[in-house]
Amino acid sequence: MTTATLTQEVTYLDAISQALDEEMSRDERVFLMGEDIGAYGGAFKVTEGFLKKYGEWRVLDTPLSESGFVGAAIGAAMMGLRPVVEMQFADFISCAFDQITEVAAKNHYRWGAAVPLVIRAPFGGGVHGGPFHSECPEGWFFHSPGLKIVAPSTPYDAKGLLKAAIRDPNPVLYFEHKFLYRRIKATLPQEDYIVPLGKAEVKRPGRDVSLITYGAMVHLALEAAELLVKEGIDLEVVDLRTLIPLDKETIYASVRKTSKVILLHEDNKTGGIGAEISALLAEDCFDCLDGPILRIAPPDTPVPFSTPLEEFFLPKVSDIVAGAKKLAAY
Amino acid sequence: MDVSVIANEIKRGDLLDMYYYLRLTRSLEDRISALYRQGRIVGGVYTSHGMEAIAVGYASALRPDDVIAPFHRDMGAFLIRGFSPGEIIAQYLGKQGGPTKGKDGNVHMGDLKRGMIGFVSHLADNMPVAAGAALAFKIRGESRVAFAGTGDGGTSRGDFHEAMNFAAVRRLPVVFFCTNNQYAYSTPVRYQMAITDVVERAKAYGMPGEIVDGNDVAAVYLASKRAIAKARAGEGPTFLECKTMRMHGHSEHDAAKYVPRELLEEWKTKDPILRAERLVTQLGYGDASYFREVGERAKKEVDAGAEFAEQSPLPEGRETLVGVFATEDEVHP
Repeated sequence: MTTATLTQEVTYLDAISQALDEEMSRDERVFLMGEDIGAYGGAFKVTEGFLKKYGEWRVLDTPLSESGFVGAAIGAAMMGLRPVVEMQFADFISCAFDQITEVAAKNHYRWGAAVPLVIRAPFGGGVHGGPFHSECPEGWFFHSPGLKIVAPSTPYDAKGLLKAAIRDPNPVLYFEHKFLYRRIKATLPQEDYIVPLGKAEVKRPGRDVSLITYGAMVHLALEAAELLVKEGIDLEVVDLRTLIPLDKETIYASVRKTSKVILLHEDNKTGGIGAEISALLAEDCFDCLDGPILRIAPPDTPVPFSTPLEEFFLPKVSDIVAGAKKLAAY
Repeated sequence: MDVSVIANEIKRGDLLDMYYYLRLTRSLEDRISALYRQGRIVGGVYTSHGMEAIAVGYASALRPDDVIAPFHRDMGAFLIRGFSPGEIIAQYLGKQGGPTKGKDGNVHMGDLKRGMIGFVSHLADNMPVAAGAALAFKIRGESRVAFAGTGDGGTSRGDFHEAMNFAAVRRLPVVFFCTNNQYAYSTPVRYQMAITDVVERAKAYGMPGEIVDGNDVAAVYLASKRAIAKARAGEGPTFLECKTMRMHGHSEHDAAKYVPRELLEEWKTKDPILRAERLVTQLGYGDASYFREVGERAKKEVDAGAEFAEQSPLPEGRETLVGVFATEDEVHP
């Protein structure tokens, strides 16, 4: 954080709006596309008032066609504009999968065309959204070379990472967590800042066990860390912030320090980000591990709707506490 | 088409240029097919044989600052946009001298500096992309136009429909075309759609459409000119259905035995080069010796291109790792 004059507290959602507003004011190439983002201001009101301020050619309400408008954003980006596309819910990104993975991700590699595009995708559960309004689809794209992926956990990072994403010359998927929208607040610096892509942050230094996570799970981990103090376990919490490019340096430094690691995410367990980091640690940090690599993630089911089912599905503070105690015993 | 109309609407030099590009396309693709048969080219060889008039016609009707998202049988568009036969053969051979330096093969090439958007195998994927290019032109108040195509099969995909709809809703300066060559790989149009004329699809989007004789370079050129002028004037998108026939297999490995021989015989008589020669003769712009001369000129260029491609080195294996991400200086201005 900087020492600039602090303004009043803003929510995670406000931070996203501020980033969009400031980037649109700063750079006339930046424009928005998505469903219901104009007169309605977006399903979550991230772009409330934008239509009036910037007009219908910089805030475009699109037909219900994710593949079509992501494709159009790719075309506009290649012509020198800086489109920011909103998925109404991250779940709907599956409709645009082909445009993202085959066109946006491969254009530069194949024939040298840069695609400076941002796709904002409100993701995650805990909001009773059910199987089509709660998904964490980042794993699908984590496997596609040519994309950058970010997932902020705080208002500061939400703003700084979005600005960095908009200024990046590559396609960036920006996963914003719906559960955090209005639940967390922070005071942000008044002056322009970015959070560089590819840099993780140690959110809470600790000696005994490393917990590596991102998105809303960061807050769960910090809560668990406080409980673990009473157990005499000092948990280090690493917030990845960017999934691609992955900050291996920060991950490895943490694991080399604690020798024990928990990988926590809200995406399904199989083939998730945790699986990849687990493999990296086995390859590169095997000699420093004093216990098994532990993954805490939802079961391999869709995100269920009913409250007891969703509560069962999502990782809990108690899972982290139990996991850390198990590892600390090694 | 009435010869006097053509005499009035197409400049002699433009028509003769188009004839030259028809010959250059044929000559280049025949060479590439020969290299394929010699086992020199790995992967697909998708030719525009018998369909050359479409790309030559529309690309000649565009301004250099307009952008093209070609169909995969649009070699003439690449040549008109300044891709040399040497670069193109090098691309087929996977050499460094090709536009993608070996990263991709055959018609999967592009270059924004020359206004060519790289072809994507997933047919119709580049139609929304072209609509987006047109959106950029509209947002910036430029008078540029995007021109994008797919085949009859490609019009079955959602991206085709999403692009048509979006472009029509926003009245974008884009022209969409369909090369209806009657077969999508082995599947005839009757198993692709329950309509006979693809152009009917345009109606559903409130978009004007036109059926064009895809083997008549003058007809393609004039229909493209009309559609481009409308787009440039802010009157929105147009859809052109260019009717033609695929005279080779889907790729050169495919003998296309599923195509009735009579159909091929019939379309042989409609060959776009023969048609153009007849037209040039009728207009008194050239005769048999002129045609021979142009053919020799084209062959010479292809010979030189083949030589360039032979000399061009293969990429180093480690080049694989280069270029996944772009740097800021590579963003198109």
